[in-house]
Amino acid sequence: MSHHTRIIFYLALIALAACVPALGDVFYTRLATQIAIYGMVAMSVDLLVGYTGLLTFGQAGFFGIGAYVTGILSTHGLHSAFLVWPAAILVTMLVALVIGALALRTRGFQFIMVTLAFAQMIYYFWLSQRSLGGENGFSIPKRNVVFGFLNMEDHTTFYYVVLVLLVLVAIFSLRLVNSQFGMVIRGIRDNERRVFAIGFPAFRYKLAMFCIAGGIAGLAGALMANHTSHVGTDMMSWQQSGNFLAMVILGSSGTLIGPILGAAVFTVFQQVVSDMSSHWLFYFGLLIVLRILLFKGSLFRFLSAAVPAGQETTAGGGVLIDAPRPAGLETE
Amino acid sequence: MSFQLVVEQLFNGIQLGMMLFLMAVGVTLVFGIMRVINLAHGSMFMLGGYFLAEASTHTHWTVLAFLEATVAIGLIGVVVELVVLRPLYGRSHLDQVLATFGLTLMFNEAVTMIWGREPLFLNVPDALDGSITILPGVQYPIYRLAITAFSIVIGGLLYLLINHTRVGALIRAGSDKREIVQALGVNIGLLYTLVFALGAILAAFAGMLMGPLLSVESGIGDPVLIMTLVVVVIGGMGSIRGALAGALIVGVFDTLSRVLLPMLFGGDASAALVGMAVYILMAAVLLVSRQGIFGAARG
Repeated sequence: MSHHTRIIFYLALIALAACVPALGDVFYTRLATQIAIYGMVAMSVDLLVGYTGLLTFGQAGFFGIGAYVTGILSTHGLHSAFLVWPAAILVTMLVALVIGALALRTRGFQFIMVTLAFAQMIYYFWLSQRSLGGENGFSIPKRNVVFGFLNMEDHTTFYYVVLVLLVLVAIFSLRLVNSQFGMVIRGIRDNERRVFAIGFPAFRYKLAMFCIAGGIAGLAGALMANHTSHVGTDMMSWQQSGNFLAMVILGSSGTLIGPILGAAVFTVFQQVVSDMSSHWLFYFGLLIVLRILLFKGSLFRFLSAAVPAGQETTAGGGVLIDAPRPAGLETE
Repeated sequence: MSFQLVVEQLFNGIQLGMMLFLMAVGVTLVFGIMRVINLAHGSMFMLGGYFLAEASTHTHWTVLAFLEATVAIGLIGVVVELVVLRPLYGRSHLDQVLATFGLTLMFNEAVTMIWGREPLFLNVPDALDGSITILPGVQYPIYRLAITAFSIVIGGLLYLLINHTRVGALIRAGSDKREIVQALGVNIGLLYTLVFALGAILAAFAGMLMGPLLSVESGIGDPVLIMTLVVVVIGGMGSIRGALAGALIVGVFDTLSRVLLPMLFGGDASAALVGMAVYILMAAVLLVSRQGIFGAARG
């Protein structure tokens, strides 16, 4: 897809999303809000999976931290979104910095396991906080206030706030992956040793990206806490991390916008199938398995944002396979 | 804090460790030989519990029920390997991880379709009921001792299988250089299926043994799986010795931290630390060694 058609496609998507409240049913507006929030997390996962070659299975942990920070501050009387949301992002990024510094010492399969384990650690941390309701979590009295004249309790207003943030995060992410920083990041994905040999501190680049992705997930968590007016540990269960990854693959990794479509597929699938069967997760599992077994590449590769048209190389499957590296050539 | 309590908890820790070892063998073998992370491994633990509960309703002989469940899980392992895993070899990590994640979701829901959402309860076999005195003043349940003993026997058999049989030689060779094993004319596909079924059976053993101590319900394998991944990270990927060492370390560390930490800290702080203990241990091991304890030899 050429640059111009891609821009038109993005604008059409935004216009379509902006029209959802016109359907006149608050149910659809809330559903679209959820898609936008999940889409934001899925996009942050894609920054790591599709662009940096880091297969994280722990993004739900950061999503949960953002939500809990928002919940705690809100119940303590802090309502300004301009204070609470940056705080949620900051705390999440700090945790991501510590976890990333440890997890990035590993690579490949080990990295998957370690991120999964650290997310589980975050899960157990909040689970054990009895003053915060333990497993059940707690409710939030009112939504954060962006501007005094916006009634955030109105679902349509809140939806537009989320949508604007999603667009901003998407623009930021697209610019990021196409910047010089993004070029180094993609270089690391394709051949980390070569990037290191040129003289870039690959570890720091990966850590920076890990923190940025964590911060985006934290912001999404803050929005989710506002959306449902409730936070609980189920937000950061390991299945939730798996769901985010599934959204990426249902959309297309390495495209940033694809994962948002994946979030839409996930949310709509959940709504439709859970209406018909209480065992919707079985069918969702089947959907993932079939998607992977039947289609080898990405579904919407044409959305690919970083690879100029006509130059699609090993994108998709090849990029995540870590070639055997000689011992001793570590990047730090 | 009495000496008796420490001894009792040490036994509990070893028992948990041996159960994690049974789980970790499958993860580490499947990784070492097929280069796949199998997130559906926790489902085999869960299915072990369900199959034993189901078989126990048909027969009064625990051993027979145990064998029936073992055969059933072995068949499931073969089918899963042939249908889902085989097309994944050589695919990206993302595909492998997500496909086995999808399988986990399917298994977790399938058991609720068949057995309902209410947990099932397994009884401790009559012969193993009760407790004995292991030290003056320390009563210990026979069943827990039996779990440990059984796991040690299985571990011993595994050692014989891997070090003193032809299949074992192929497994060892396969985890070092599978291309060469294949080039020598070995039916590597059959080896993959065998290894996967073996791992599934060992995980199911863990589930069957733990069944009477837990309630058998959907999703019980998931937290066990994640702890197993911690074991494999600590012990070193692809190494069975590492799996044993990691499992015992994690088992004892987790059990003791559950007893000791509440004595040091109170309330939420200790509860938080107890839940996080094994992950902090994992972080500490990663700080010292990237490859875990026994993983350095492997790429």
